[in-house]
Amino acid sequence: MTATGPATVPVTAALALGDDALVLSHRLGEWAGHAPALEEEVALANIALDLLGQARVLLSLAGDEDELAFLREERAFRNLQLVEQPNGDFAHTIARQLYFSVYQQLLHTELAAGDGPFAPLAAKAVKEVAYHRDHAEQWTLRLGDGTETSRERMQQACDALWRFTGEMFQPVEGLDADWPSLEARWLEYIGDVLGRATLTVPEGPRTGAWSAGAGREGVHTESFGRMLAEMQHLHRSHPGAAW
Amino acid sequence: MVTATALEAELLELAGAVPDPELPVLTLQELGVLRAVHVHGTDTVEVDLTPTYTGCPALETMSLDIQRVLRAHGMREVTVRTVLTPAWSTDDITAEGRRKLREFGIAPPRAAAAGPVPLTLGPTRTHAPESGPGSEPVRCPHCGSADTELLSRFSSTACKALRRCLACREPFDHFKEL
Repeated sequence: MTATGPATVPVTAALALGDDALVLSHRLGEWAGHAPALEEEVALANIALDLLGQARVLLSLAGDEDELAFLREERAFRNLQLVEQPNGDFAHTIARQLYFSVYQQLLHTELAAGDGPFAPLAAKAVKEVAYHRDHAEQWTLRLGDGTETSRERMQQACDALWRFTGEMFQPVEGLDADWPSLEARWLEYIGDVLGRATLTVPEGPRTGAWSAGAGREGVHTESFGRMLAEMQHLHRSHPGAAW
Repeated sequence: MVTATALEAELLELAGAVPDPELPVLTLQELGVLRAVHVHGTDTVEVDLTPTYTGCPALETMSLDIQRVLRAHGMREVTVRTVLTPAWSTDDITAEGRRKLREFGIAPPRAAAAGPVPLTLGPTRTHAPESGPGSEPVRCPHCGSADTELLSRFSSTACKALRRCLACREPFDHFKEL
């Protein structure tokens, strides 16, 4: 796909945003054939498709989209550790969607309002992400304010992923955003959703010295390598193959 | 320049008549995704196309169809560029396009709504009155009833939601506001 854009694009930022979208898209695609209901199967695949579209535009700003997606090593990916976390149960997937889609909506709203190289893509993405956020939010409410079991599992999922949420607000070179303000609004929004879902806002640290806070620097968690192996093996097995 | 403009208008009309690959009742012009046609020289043409959703997989087929039609019309070199700005909106679908969607059994998008309509969930399904300020009900394309419920925010394609009519009980797709 060719996308028109300004000549100078901050590559680090394009990779950070593009890798977030690509990796989460792949994770959501793993639900195909496994979702709890047909409607959810379709919903998760459609969200994955939106993210893949965003990834293609962003990675194309940074270089050749196929080379970047399929031929980079793990340490060259700049995505948040949050998006590479395994799907877990449905509650974990929804918690990951909630945390990430609220972040993405806030960030893209800010980027779309500026005149930087990401404004055109951000203006489109923000409209798509509004539906992703709504989907995650409604599920959080239903599972949190649901049965005893669904509430417990939703709470566990929110708690488990909490330590990956601090990294989202570390400034990214080339992205013109007010990070402290984004973080404050994110915390407020998430607190409101969790409150309405009768869930407790997790209390643990939002970054950890040994596990979180370094995806943007190319340091990833254990499961990411296996995900990449699956995502890349076909392309690597048949270099240069085309449909 | 006068002839070039006339040629551009002619080519725009030809490209605009290409049917959407996923919603063949609509043309690209009615969908509102064709932005401009620029002719360079006598037989080189550049077409600006905008995606509905960023990841819309129909975009490549649209490009190929436009290239085929314009080449058949004597153009030697046809380039289709993807433009993102201004972002496409469902408000870009023409009135005729909306009428055709409804006739085809797809509830057309409502006008000027921004983003998802806030909903509340019941314990099992997503039936809830959508009475937010300024939001009109999604009407059943089959019987016209305003009494419809949301089954899934995402349907056969990214641009549609799945709904059901509570009057005639028929399920139907709704082209979501974007």
